[in-house]
This record gives sequence, C-alpha cells and structure tokens, in this order.
Amino acid sequence: MLKQINGREDTSGACVLIGRAAFPEPFYDGLQYSPPARGTWNIVHTAMLVPESHQIYICALGCLRGVVLTAAEMGAMNRFSSIAIEDHELYDGTMEDTIVQAVGEIIDNLPAMPSMFFLYPSCVHHFMGCDMEALCGRLRQIYSQARFVLCWMDPIRRQSGLTAELRTRRQLYSLLQRQEIDRQSVNIVGSNLPIQADCELAGLIENNGLTLRQLPCCRTYGEYEQMGASFLNIGQEPLAKICLDDMEKRLGQKSLYLSNSFDCDEIRRNLWAAADVLTVARPDYTEAAAACEAAFAETRASVGAMPVAIDYAAVSRPFSLAKALLRHGFNVRRIYVDVCCAEDQDDFAWIQNHYPALELYATRHAKMRRMDRHTAEPVLAIGQKAAYFTGTCHFVDMAEGGGLRDFAGLRRLLQWMVQAREQEKEAKAYISIKGWGCPSCQ
Amino acid sequence: MPMKEAVSCISTYSADTFGVCSALFELGGMIVIHDPSGCNSTYTTHDEPRWYDTDSLIFISGLTETDAVLGNEEKLADDVLTAAADFSPAFIVLLCTPVPLMMGTDFAAIGRLIEAQAGIPVFAAPTNSMDTYDAGASWAFELLAKYMVKTPAEALRTGFCCTWQPEFASCGSVVSQGQEKKTIGVNVIGLTPLDFAVNGSDLSIREFLEGCGCTVISSWAMGSTLAEIEQAAAADVNLVVSYSGLAAAKELQRRFGTPYVVGVPLGRSLQGGIAMDIRMAAAAKQNRYTCAKRVGSAEEDIVIIGESVYAASLAAALSHEYGCGVRVFCPLKTADGILTGRDRVVASEGELKALLAGVRTVIADPLYQPLCPAGTRFIPLGHEAFSGRLYQESIPNLIDHFDTFARKVTERKDTYGAE
Repeated sequence: MLKQINGREDTSGACVLIGRAAFPEPFYDGLQYSPPARGTWNIVHTAMLVPESHQIYICALGCLRGVVLTAAEMGAMNRFSSIAIEDHELYDGTMEDTIVQAVGEIIDNLPAMPSMFFLYPSCVHHFMGCDMEALCGRLRQIYSQARFVLCWMDPIRRQSGLTAELRTRRQLYSLLQRQEIDRQSVNIVGSNLPIQADCELAGLIENNGLTLRQLPCCRTYGEYEQMGASFLNIGQEPLAKICLDDMEKRLGQKSLYLSNSFDCDEIRRNLWAAADVLTVARPDYTEAAAACEAAFAETRASVGAMPVAIDYAAVSRPFSLAKALLRHGFNVRRIYVDVCCAEDQDDFAWIQNHYPALELYATRHAKMRRMDRHTAEPVLAIGQKAAYFTGTCHFVDMAEGGGLRDFAGLRRLLQWMVQAREQEKEAKAYISIKGWGCPSCQ
Repeated sequence: MPMKEAVSCISTYSADTFGVCSALFELGGMIVIHDPSGCNSTYTTHDEPRWYDTDSLIFISGLTETDAVLGNEEKLADDVLTAAADFSPAFIVLLCTPVPLMMGTDFAAIGRLIEAQAGIPVFAAPTNSMDTYDAGASWAFELLAKYMVKTPAEALRTGFCCTWQPEFASCGSVVSQGQEKKTIGVNVIGLTPLDFAVNGSDLSIREFLEGCGCTVISSWAMGSTLAEIEQAAAADVNLVVSYSGLAAAKELQRRFGTPYVVGVPLGRSLQGGIAMDIRMAAAAKQNRYTCAKRVGSAEEDIVIIGESVYAASLAAALSHEYGCGVRVFCPLKTADGILTGRDRVVASEGELKALLAGVRTVIADPLYQPLCPAGTRFIPLGHEAFSGRLYQESIPNLIDHFDTFARKVTERKDTYGAE
C-alpha cells in the first residue's frame, strides 16, 4: 500500500478504490478544503489573455481579494479595477446606479481607454435580480467609445448554470466580429496555454500553409480581432466546447473538437479528423506512434515500479493518462479527482475493470486537510495537487494540460516523468505560484 | 466626492471573514465560511502564510444556488456535524457571507442546533465579507475575551500551568493569597499575520516584554494555545498592538478590570514609553494610548498609510527618535485615542489620492504607490492585509529593526533637497 496505516487516519469518504467508485462523482460534496497547490488558472489569468483589455470586478471584499491579488501578482494592476460593494446596496436599490457611477470614476482615472472592459458582477447580483445586460446598455450609451463584455464571477451557480470559467471562456471571443472568412487560417480556442509548437496538430496546420491563431499568442487587440476571420475553430478541452458552439453560431466558423487524449489510436483518429476538415492528406503517423512506444519503454525503464499519482488539474483527462501508463506497465496507484470528466468515462470504466484497486482521492474533501501526506515509498506525481498530497520531491510540475497534445505531447510528458524521477525538487516553491505557464506568473 | 466603492488601480483590504480566520487560526477550532467557492483558496493563498505548514481547520460550505434558494440549511448543519465528528475541534465558528446574508440565514439557530448535537461550542460571526479584516479579527478576539477566558477562580480550578513559563503560577491574578507577585503579567492582543506578517514580530514583542520585566501570559493569537489564552485573566495589563485587539481588551477590562496599553513597541524611545505605561497602567488601573504620543514638528512631510495602531506607533517612534513630522492616513477602522488630530481616516481611493497631492514622503504598502504623484518619495512597507503574500518576504520586523528602517526614512529625508 502506498499509504501508511497509522491507526489514526480515517480516509473513508475521501478515498475510494476505483472498483467501488461511482462515475462521475466518486465523493460526497460536503465541507470543502483548499489544498495549497495554486498552479491552476483563474478567470483573471484567463481574461488577461485578451490584449489591451481591462477587467472590473463588482463584488464583496472577500470575493475581490483573490482576483485583485491575482492581478497584482501578475503585475497587471494597470489592467484591473474593482468596485467593492457595500451591504446597504444589497437592499436599498442603489446597486445599479452605484455600478454605473463607479465604472465612470474608474474610466476617468485610467490613463487611456482600454480596447475592451470585462465586467464581472458576482453571486449577489443574481439574487438581487440586477439586470446586468441593461446596465451594460447604459454604460455603452454613456461611453460609446468603450466596449463592455459581461462576464460573471458567480460560483453560487456552478451547479445550476454556466460556471464562471465556462462563461469567461465564451466571452473571451465575444467581441470578435463576423468577417470575410479566411480559408488560410485556423484557431485553437478555449485553452489558456498555447499548444506546443512541435505537436502534430500544429504541424498539420502549418505544414499545409495555413496560419494557426491562438489567443495566448495574440500580442495586440488587432491580432485578437483577426481570429474572427479564421474558417475553423478547434477545441481540445471540455471548457472549449462552449466557445466552439458560440463562435459557429455568431461568426459562421466551423468547429472541430479534438479531445486531448493520451491514447495513441485516439490521437491518430483525432489528427485524421483534423486533416479531413482541413481538406489535406491524412499523414502517416506510424513513426510518431512508434516513437511514443519507444518513449514509454524508456520511461518505464527509468521509473521502474515507482508508484505514480496523477491529479485532475494537471491534465483534463487523468483517466486517459492513467490508462495509457497502466497499459505500458507503470505502477499507477492514485488519481486525485473530485469530479470526473465525461470524456474520461470509457477510460474510467477500463481502469475499473482492469485495476480495481487503484485509489481515487478527493482533493477538496474536508478530510484531506489532515490526510497523511507521507507515503511508505517515494511517489512520482504528475501535477501539483498529487505532489502536495503525496509529499513527494519527484513530480511533474504542470497544470492546465501544460500545452501538451498529440504524440509529441505524450513524448514530452514522458520526458518530464524521467526528469521528475531523476531530479528532486521541493514542491512548496513550485506549487505555490498561481497560474502555471502564465507568462507573467513565472 | 470620490466614491468609496470605486478602486481603479490599487488593492483592496482583506475581508472580515478572513480576519476571523486569521485571528483564530492557531487555536484548534473549526471555522466554516458559508460560501459557494473561492473564499477558502483566496484566504489560504493570499492571507494565510501559515496554511502550508500549520494545521488548522478552515473550510467553506460550498453553498449552491439551489440550497440557497430552497433554504436548505440542513446541509450546512449536517456537513458541519460530520466534520466536527471527524476532527473534534475545540470550538466551531460559522461565518456569514453576502448570499447567506441576503437569504436571512439564521446562523445563531444553526449554531445552537450544531452545538446541541455535537457538544462543542458554536459561534456565529456577524461577518458579511464586505467589511474589512480588522472588523472580523476584532470580533474574534472579543469572542475569546467573552467566552474563552476563564475567571481566575475557574483557572485555579482547572489547574492549568504554562510549562513554558514557570513563573506563571505566581505572576498574575491567578495567585494564591499570600503569594507575592514578581512581574507584571501581560497579554498581547491583536497579533495576526495580516498586520504583523510571519517575520518574528510576535516573538520580538514577547522578548521586549520579558526584557522589561513583564511576563507574557498569552499572545492573541500568534504563538499561544487556546489553553494559554483561557488563562488571560491572570494578566495585570493587556498590550493592544492593533485596532483588532481593542474590543477584546475592553471586554477583559469589563470582566476583570484589567487595564490596557495601546501601541506597538517600535524603537527604543517608544519601547521605553510602552514599558513605562504598562507599569503605570498596572499600578493605576488606567488605560494608556502610548501610540498617540507624538512629538510635534513644524514640518510634517511624512505620511504613513496603514493600520491605525501600527501606523500611529511608527509615527510616534519616528517623531520621538528622529524628530520627523509624521501624519497617519488610515484607510481602516480606528478608535478614539489612537490617532492624533493631524491624522486622517480616509474612505476611498479617490480621497486618498487627493490627500497625497503635495505630500513629500509616503510610507505605505507598495500597492499604494500608483496613487502617489510623480516625485513623491515612496518608502515601501508591505502590509499583508493589503498586498497579501506579494511582499511578505520583505516585510521587516520593525520591533527588532526599527533603526534600519528609520535610517532609510531619515537619511533620504536629509538628502531630499539634493535629490
């Protein structure tokens, strides 16, 4: 067993063998703990991807605190403002007017008009019945030279509507205008990180003379606007689906969803699907797949029987990754996940059937606060949460998928596993930093 | 008139909910923020430097829209009871946030229900997440003073003795008749990382007090256990080191007649003043606001922005030892007696920006710098309650290193004309 049994620790409710786990929610959602692994992105990081944009959050101090200091840690306070609501505004009918006036004061204090404003009201505005669309209309009338995009920071609705993350991802592209379609350019949408330059999808696009556009690579608002001309949008993670649907409807762009799998056959199928939509020849990926198999063997030889733990924040499909590793002889023992991704259902079922003793751990269950963070033997962790909970010095420091995809991404991840096996590092220094891979958070 | 709500380019202060968490962090309780999501990670990322390495039970309830609309408060009660059974905390605190506030959630009733079933004291904090951290910390310290501190008779019955402090049994009010007091027993009240960082300031205050013949009974709430705080009635004087500690000191005075002294021991002169005031307060049973004793200066060209007791103490220390003319601009709560007539309580970013026009030197958290006009000398002094962990490595322990900091202020002041 990986975990030492000391007689005091009761893991029930926070840990379950996958053979007995329910999909997609293996754990009861009670009081929630927050482990100090901070590499995941929040809505501030994501909205900053739009060049020359400015964010205004309208919420209580407690809610503001996290977003203000995210911007401060990014060194981006010049692109961030806030409206700190007061309790009387919840009841006395002054909220909308206060917001309009406060936005005006903020605009007056800015050195120049930003290209766009993201407005983020919060949970209480739903309960107050604030008509935020009408409020945006008032702002557009007053500040006709400004563009306002309505987003929400409303975690109260995380189970009953669009989550704040989903809405932000959609709204990022909402100012793109329908324009003449450019058959020579393709977008990757809905991802915080750009895909790695040497992945097969990038090669498929660029080697065929097409231009690849990605929001994280846009340096000016003009570059962002050009994304509206691309003929195709490709998404690769569940949060991207809402972008694909919205952009297809609004802008007439085609959509293609290529789930970011770690299975070589699925990778090949995805790439061929992309080739078909791009109307280019299907490349032969035999060599790339063989290189992956070689990388698996090499990595397996290096890692040996070392237990492996994976978390959901490292990759969008932890069960796909676990299955790929298990099939190649790795000793995957733990997956840290609170809610499973629908795309992982088949992989979950496969592991349930073939490795029913694999342990699923929650990350936010209250008991995780006092879970023993030491293991009897060193663990190789993939992801920051897995690194934290196993207390290991051997970990792949990544979040948000690391920009990895396709055969090249798989090989890169295997290389990182070898490095993690060989080089120890102290987790705290790495995982405390917010926004892994965000250029201003390094 | 600038709006209080509009914040164009600076940070905002930590919230009352986090003030409660910070004040009670080390005391073995379980704190539950009744909130959808985000509060816990925000507090533990930015405002709680002890989170990674120190055990403490702070959770959110994960409130959903459905539960809020349907008034499903049973889930909160059930979840807290489950966690209480798992962790056996010394006490439980429930924190209100905006949505439960709007829904009219009856925290007191939920608390009574949980307390009856769990057999653990439960307290409902009147937070709303819209007030600043000092309000929450103040409530939490006052809670300790009201409900946790034992009367001397209770303390004697429980037979507590501080193993780290052999003199305890003979130092304060928990003294058997006929025994002679040797030192002045002091509680330090108002210590949190939000105001003092984790840079040894708490230990330095303790050392300062011990160095001037006092015995520290308890330190609220860095470096003391709940059991030590329960014995706080044994103190002769309470030293209030932030606004957050004042309400608790007043409550201890109401309950036990203990006088208090207000000030942070920065610099030799102010330290001497605080030591003297502690003795005088103990003898005369009178409160002393040492932090407000500033030497006047014709030229008042330095402004400190920050927490009222700390900023006033720093101003006093600079005025006493270096003859600086210093004013305090306080964007937080304060109370009568802490600030002087030349100081200002500021309500908004806009007001502060206007007030800073023409000020030559500003001492403040670095995130205030954008409000200073070009040419203002800006001397950074990080404040975790404002900038979180951003500058935490460089926040100085001014109890030990006041002179180094003061030289930075005064040397540059001396050469200002040549700059």
